[in-house]
Amino acid sequence: MPPAATPAFHPVLRMLHWSMAALIVSMLFIGVGMVSTAGPAYSWLLSLHRPLGVAILALALVRLPVRVWSSTPALPANLPRWQARAARGSHLLLYAGMIVMPLIGWAMVSAAGKPVKLAEGIVLPAIAPHDLTLYAMLREAHGILAYALFALILAHLAAALMHGLVRRDGVLRSMLTGNA
Amino acid sequence: MTHRRARSALPPWAAYGLIAAIVLVLLALFAFAGGWIGPSRVSGAAVSDALEYNAGRHAGYRRAHAKGLCISGTFEANGNGTALSRASIFKPGRYPVEGRFSIAGGNPLASDGRNVFHSMALILRTPDGQQWRTGMDHAEIFPVADVAAFVGLQRASRPDPATGKPDPDAMQAFLASHPEVRSFQQYMKAHPLPDAFTDGPYYSINAFRFTNAQGVTRFVRWAMLPEDPLVALDKRTLGGLPRDAVFDRTLKRLANGPARWHLIVTIADPGDITDKATVAWPAGRRTVDVGTLIIDKALPAASGGCRDEVFDPTILPPGIAPSDDPLLTARSAAYSNSFTRRASESARSILSVSAKEF
Ligand code: HEM
Ligand code: HEM
Ligand code: HEM
Repeated sequence: MPPAATPAFHPVLRMLHWSMAALIVSMLFIGVGMVSTAGPAYSWLLSLHRPLGVAILALALVRLPVRVWSSTPALPANLPRWQARAARGSHLLLYAGMIVMPLIGWAMVSAAGKPVKLAEGIVLPAIAPHDLTLYAMLREAHGILAYALFALILAHLAAALMHGLVRRDGVLRSMLTGNA
Repeated sequence: MTHRRARSALPPWAAYGLIAAIVLVLLALFAFAGGWIGPSRVSGAAVSDALEYNAGRHAGYRRAHAKGLCISGTFEANGNGTALSRASIFKPGRYPVEGRFSIAGGNPLASDGRNVFHSMALILRTPDGQQWRTGMDHAEIFPVADVAAFVGLQRASRPDPATGKPDPDAMQAFLASHPEVRSFQQYMKAHPLPDAFTDGPYYSINAFRFTNAQGVTRFVRWAMLPEDPLVALDKRTLGGLPRDAVFDRTLKRLANGPARWHLIVTIADPGDITDKATVAWPAGRRTVDVGTLIIDKALPAASGGCRDEVFDPTILPPGIAPSDDPLLTARSAAYSNSFTRRASESARSILSVSAKEF
């Protein structure tokens, strides 16, 4: 990670962090909600799920370069080594999740041979061959990784609140208001 | 590192408690969204479960309409449909079609000698990338109007392994609470059962919305009406038919040349019921012949490509949209779950093909 030149995340990163956090959490709820019902909610949630998922992928592709090229706050120096490692590792996994989840979703709809419809008249090209076995694998991965991502987000949330409420070390503020 | 104590700092125990409470509330909300807690709902998976309960689990096959035949051909649009819908498929021209004939039921080895749905499923594609998926049956109405009743019907009509017939008490109880099933039973009794797929009519059953280039939306149902004259099977001697009688006759018929259907669109009158598949529209509605379907090839289901398709009736081109019939979203969810199950089964074990496979 780049050296700690600033006390807070770049405003663009903060804006993206919170809007994407809301989107990703919504997507997890929409995902489990839609497969739980064969009622009318199934169709409208699924028609929301595809474009929101692709929007998350697009935002992640904006976010990564900004993250790489901006300087970011360092973790508190007195943070135990394992916690600093866990923080870095989990952040990498969160970044991976916001890219891999939509890609798997897109690929699995492609592998099912179904149109990747975002809105009336807007259909994305297939990014995987129409293949039953591939579909089965991707569909399973999409489900398992979604649960893993939700667990990771809960841990991330708990850790952020620990910083903000217990340690009060400015980490939460570095992502919230920026004036640490 | 700047350190600044918040003015109203929580004591640690309260902070930990608050964090735990927030995480638990999120977990509970997630469980509620996923239907693990709270009021029970019928999912696509529950439909698959009910179908498996009824017909057994046949790995790799569709949970319903398991016995089928892949088909392909052409749709010739005559242009009349453009007045009703702006979907490209209605512009005059010839468009490739792939599809599947099938017989209702979850057992791929069942005999054709049953008075149940004969079906045609199609994917119609146009060069601009639009596609129209449809699954149709040879009756104009469906036995039930919603997914909960569909699940109930599958459970009540499960054949008893000992007698091969549904438990009469369970069926009686179900019919008492779902009188609409009776009109379906009467319909099936009164209407002929085609001796092949090539001479049967196929109906969308569900209503849809057609929107034309001027933005006018109308409720419609459609039907594929065969050019071959319908030859009916004798319903009294169905039990004595060879297992694959309907499929064999279809293959023989197609070996003699293509079979044709006219795609007839029926337009609802104002006030017609458009969200109930159990109710047919009265006679005398305006109809439009929008083109001819020509089926010239049939291939076994395992090698024909239709195995890998899902005929989700909500996959539609611009200009065609679902009605508010709850069965349409139920079908979308159920077909998706059935597709996922059979895909993962055939991913695990390459289909073990019976001596004769449809
Ligand atoms: C951040 C992105 C995404 C998240 C967090 C997410 C989450 C989920 C979840 C939690 C489920 C339910 C899984 C289960 O219980 O088995 C699901 C299912 C699904 N997702 Fe996503 N998803 C994402 C992106 C996408 C994208 C981009 C697409 C397609 C373009 C997509 C298509 C689907 C489909 C088709 C299903 C299954 C529907 C069915 O089986 O009937 N997802 N997703
Ligand atoms: C739900 C409430 C959330 C809170 C309170 C929260 C809080 C925070 C905080 C305080 C940081 C800064 C950590 C540091 O200084 O290193 C952070 C970083 C991060 N968060 Fe969240 N977050 C939440 C949700 C999410 C979600 C849903 C995601 C995406 C899946 C996410 C992804 C990330 C990533 C990738 C970073 C690392 C930023 C970087 O170093 O580039 N967060 N979060
Ligand atoms: C208007 C009423 C309906 C019609 C016209 C209809 C027609 C069809 C047709 C033609 C097929 C065979 C598709 C193929 O060959 O792949 C099929 C399959 C199936 N049907 Fe229906 N159906 C109707 C209602 C329902 C309902 C209400 C349910 C359950 C909620 C249901 C569950 C299924 C399932 C699970 C399959 C297997 C799908 C697959 O694995 O690809 N159907 N249906």
